Amino acid sequence: MSPFTYSRAANADQAVTAVSGKTPGKFLGGGTNLLDLMKMGVETPNELIDINRLPLVQIEELPDKRVRIGALARNSDVAEHALIKSRYPVLSQALLSGASPQLRNMATVGGNLLQRTRCYYFYDPAFPACNKRKPGSGCGALEGYNRIHAILGQSEQCIATHPSDMCVALAALDAIVSVRGSNGERQIAFGDFHRLPGNTPQRDTNLAPDELIVAVDLPAMPFAARSHYLKVRDRASYAFALVSVAAALNVDSNTKIKDARVALGGVAHKPWRANAAEKKLIGQDANEKTFRAAAEAELDAAKGYKYNSYKIELAKRSVIRALEIVAGMTL
Amino acid sequence: MASESEEPFRPEADGVNDHCIFGHPETRRRFIKQVAGTSVAIAIGPNILTSTSASQPVSTTTAAAIDSVKVTLNINGKKYALEVDPRVTLLDALRERLRLTGSKKGCDHGQCGACTVLVSGKRINSCLTLAVMHEGDEITTIEGLASGDELHPMQSAFIEEDGFQCGYCTPGQICSAVACVKEGHANSDDEIREWMSGNICRCGAYPNILAAIKAAKTKTLT
Repeated sequence: MSPFTYSRAANADQAVTAVSGKTPGKFLGGGTNLLDLMKMGVETPNELIDINRLPLVQIEELPDKRVRIGALARNSDVAEHALIKSRYPVLSQALLSGASPQLRNMATVGGNLLQRTRCYYFYDPAFPACNKRKPGSGCGALEGYNRIHAILGQSEQCIATHPSDMCVALAALDAIVSVRGSNGERQIAFGDFHRLPGNTPQRDTNLAPDELIVAVDLPAMPFAARSHYLKVRDRASYAFALVSVAAALNVDSNTKIKDARVALGGVAHKPWRANAAEKKLIGQDANEKTFRAAAEAELDAAKGYKYNSYKIELAKRSVIRALEIVAGMTL
Repeated sequence: MASESEEPFRPEADGVNDHCIFGHPETRRRFIKQVAGTSVAIAIGPNILTSTSASQPVSTTTAAAIDSVKVTLNINGKKYALEVDPRVTLLDALRERLRLTGSKKGCDHGQCGACTVLVSGKRINSCLTLAVMHEGDEITTIEGLASGDELHPMQSAFIEEDGFQCGYCTPGQICSAVACVKEGHANSDDEIREWMSGNICRCGAYPNILAAIKAAKTKTLT
C-alpha cells in the first residue's frame, strides 16, 4: 500500500476543506472497497480523511414524507430499519443480497454509491490495458474474458459494470443524493449521479473531487411497498450480480398498471433505469405478456460480447420474473 | 520479507496474556512455534508494518513525510496505546503488534472472514479497516470470548460438534457465529447458511459448523 497521511474530520466542512488541500486526498468511510483497492495498488491517495465520526448516520422521515438516509448509515442498519423494510422493501432486499454480514456492518451508504467496478482488468494493475485505471491504455475486457461485463450503454473505451445492488434499488426509487463541496450543498438526481463510460471511463460519477456525499433521500412512493429485488448470481450467496432487477408496480383493482419502476444491475456502467420497459408497462394489464413486451423493449439495444451474450436473455427473463413476483404480492 | 518466527515467543509481550483460542494456553500456534523454533521462517505474506509492497516504489519525500499515528485500542477490556503507520490494518495491529494472533489473515481482502472480530458487538473484517480508525471502540477478538477458563458456549459447541478440520478459519467462524446468533439470524438452517456466508471454510466443515451454531444457540437461549 502506498503511504498516506491520515486525519480525522470532526464535521463535514472540515472534511471538505481537508480534501480540497494540495495533495490528492480521499474520504475514508467503511473502507471496504477503498482499502482493498489501495492494497491492490489501484488507488494511491496521498491523504485519507476519516469521516466516520461525522454525524451522518440518521435514517429518518422528513415532514414531506421523504425518508432521509445519512451517508454514513451502515448497509446493515439501513437494511434492517423498519421504515425501509415497510416502505421500500426493494432497498432492504438489495442491501441484504450484497456482500457479507461483516462487510455490510462496515460499508456506508455514501461509499456504496462510490464502489468501483469489479472488472478484472481494472482491479489488477498487472493488466496493462484499462482505460478506467489508466486513460488511453485500452480496454482489456473488450477482446478478453468479458463474462461479467456490460450489455447496455457501454463504449469502445470501457465495458465495465457497476457492482452495487443498493444502487439498483435507489435508481428504481428515484433517490436524490445530497452532496457538500467547497461551493456549498447541491442535490443530484440519482439518474445523473453515475455516468456512462463514453470517452471518459475513468470518471464513474459526476461528483466533484472535493464533494462529500451527506445524505440520500427517498421520495415518498407508497406503491414501493410492493417492490422486489431479484438477483441472479453464480452462488446462492456472497457473489456479485450477473444480472439483477429492482421492480415496483402500482396496480389498480382491475390489474391495470398505473405506474412502474424497473432498474437493472450487472448490465451497465451505471445502475440501469429501464425507461423503455416502464413505458411498455404503464396502462397495460399486469400479466406475463405485458412483462415480456417490457423486457424485450428494454433489451432491444443490448449488445453482447464473446462471453457475456447470455446476459441478454438472462436479463429479459429476470425482468419478467421480478415483475411476476411483484404483481403476485398481496399487501 | 518478515516472518512470523523472527522474534522469540514472549507470552507476556506487551502485557498480553497467553493466547487462548480454546481457553487453553497450549494452543496449536504455540506448539507450532516450539516445534519450528526460531530459525525456520513461516512466511505468511508481506508485512506492511516493516516493509512496503515491492510492486510500489515509494518516493522518499513522501515516505519521510508519513508520520506514525497514536491510537489507543480497547481490546477484550484492556487498553493498548500504540503508535502505528496509518497503513496498519486492525488485523495487523492485533497480530503483529499485540500478539493477539487468534484472528487470522486469510485472503487479506475481506473475502474469507478469517479475520472477523467484533467491534461494539458487531462483526467486521479486521483486514479491511485501519487500526487508527478504532480509537475508543470496544473490540472483542476470539481471545476475549471465554471467561477465564470457561469457554464461550460457541467455542464449546465447535469442539463438541467437531466444527473444524485445519482450524484456520475457526476463530473467524466463531466470532461471526456469536454475532449471527446475537443478531437473531440463526432461526433455521438456511438462515444460518446465508448469514454465515462471509466465512469460508477451505476444509468444508460447513455441516458441523452449522450443527455447532444450532447447539450453541440452544444453549445460550435456554
